[in-house]
Amino acid sequence: MKWIWPKLAILALLCSPVPSWAGSSIAASVRDCTWCHGTGAQGYTIAPRLAGQRALYIEAQLRGYAAHIRDNPLSKQYMWGAAANLRTDTVRDLADYLASLPPKSAHDGRRVLVERGQTIYLQGIPDANIVACLACHGPAGQGVREIPRLGGMSYFYLKRRLEEWGQGYHSASGSPMPLAASTLGPDEIEALASYLSFVK
Amino acid sequence: MKIVGLHSALRTAILAVALCAGVPSAGHADDFQAKLAYCKTCHGLSGQGYHGYYPMPRLAGQQPKYIENQLRAFIEHRRKNEIMANVAHALSPSMVSALAHHFRDLNPPPLGGGGSGSAVAMGKRIYEEGLPESNVPACSACHGPDARGQDQIPRLAGQLPDYFHAKLVNWAAERGQNSSMPDSSAIMGPTSHNLTKSQISAVAAYVSSLR
Repeated sequence: MKWIWPKLAILALLCSPVPSWAGSSIAASVRDCTWCHGTGAQGYTIAPRLAGQRALYIEAQLRGYAAHIRDNPLSKQYMWGAAANLRTDTVRDLADYLASLPPKSAHDGRRVLVERGQTIYLQGIPDANIVACLACHGPAGQGVREIPRLGGMSYFYLKRRLEEWGQGYHSASGSPMPLAASTLGPDEIEALASYLSFVK
Repeated sequence: MKIVGLHSALRTAILAVALCAGVPSAGHADDFQAKLAYCKTCHGLSGQGYHGYYPMPRLAGQQPKYIENQLRAFIEHRRKNEIMANVAHALSPSMVSALAHHFRDLNPPPLGGGGSGSAVAMGKRIYEEGLPESNVPACSACHGPDARGQDQIPRLAGQLPDYFHAKLVNWAAERGQNSSMPDSSAIMGPTSHNLTKSQISAVAAYVSSLR
């Protein structure tokens, strides 16, 4: 284990997306994010893309981790600790910086489900009491204010999050998502996550 | 004459079937709760309205006749809104009635957010006195002194200010869009036309603060 830290430190310096901020506390915080969320914050395996995410959403979620409101297992395991000691102005700077990075689409969903997912996203399924996602997340999944951008996020992340709402986990107080996701079956979740992973 | 008689008999029969199919029974209580949760997902968990990508209007305390008329307006393309047209198509007449009466009895505090101080004062004056010089009647004359509406005339109290503003600045394209089916929304045409954007913002600030 001893050898890994110098290696990681060198890697971090090489990969730092903000060389102009090297040495400042925000640069250090960004490096802490990119350990898991990937260089350029485009997401990596279980850690979601943060690039291009709504700044107010990032801020709200970081506050939610610190207050132990967002309580799904991976949040508890990784983000509660990561967000525990962030100052308010650091949270804001991080959110603004990450929001300013151009997002890349994951393209990792199932293509055959894209059309079905798009229909559910844009129109919902009124007969099954499934709401249209675009009413809150926007016609291109761009999000607004504290409502997250979904377009181009990874299939695996979107799928897991949609499943977790149904398992009783929380994200923000007063969020309509537990209700919105409660009528989604496995097929609808697959289709939505697939569609969104291809959205630009 | 025979054909006409047959037609009207057929229409009566279809209507009868449609009405029977829509009569709620005890077994439909779950359906009602599920549909209610569906409405509240977008319109706020207490029907207080919600700021999504689009502002979704408050339904709490709304006049049932107004809600019923608007849901028909989406289906008849008097109001153009693809999402709500889909929503309305999946509702039986008895479900619409049950939902509308449920929302009438909700009374959560308003979300507010329309501004304060001078805007609210200016809005209150326009609401109560109108603008005689611009040929704008007092809103209170129809929407009531407490802005709770009556019958087909909507409640405005507690409405989301951005929703209110978006409708009034664009009334000619928001309502009465099916020329073969003129409706009561035409009454608001001249009034909204004679209000400036800042006057509309002021009225929005005032009514959105009312309980």
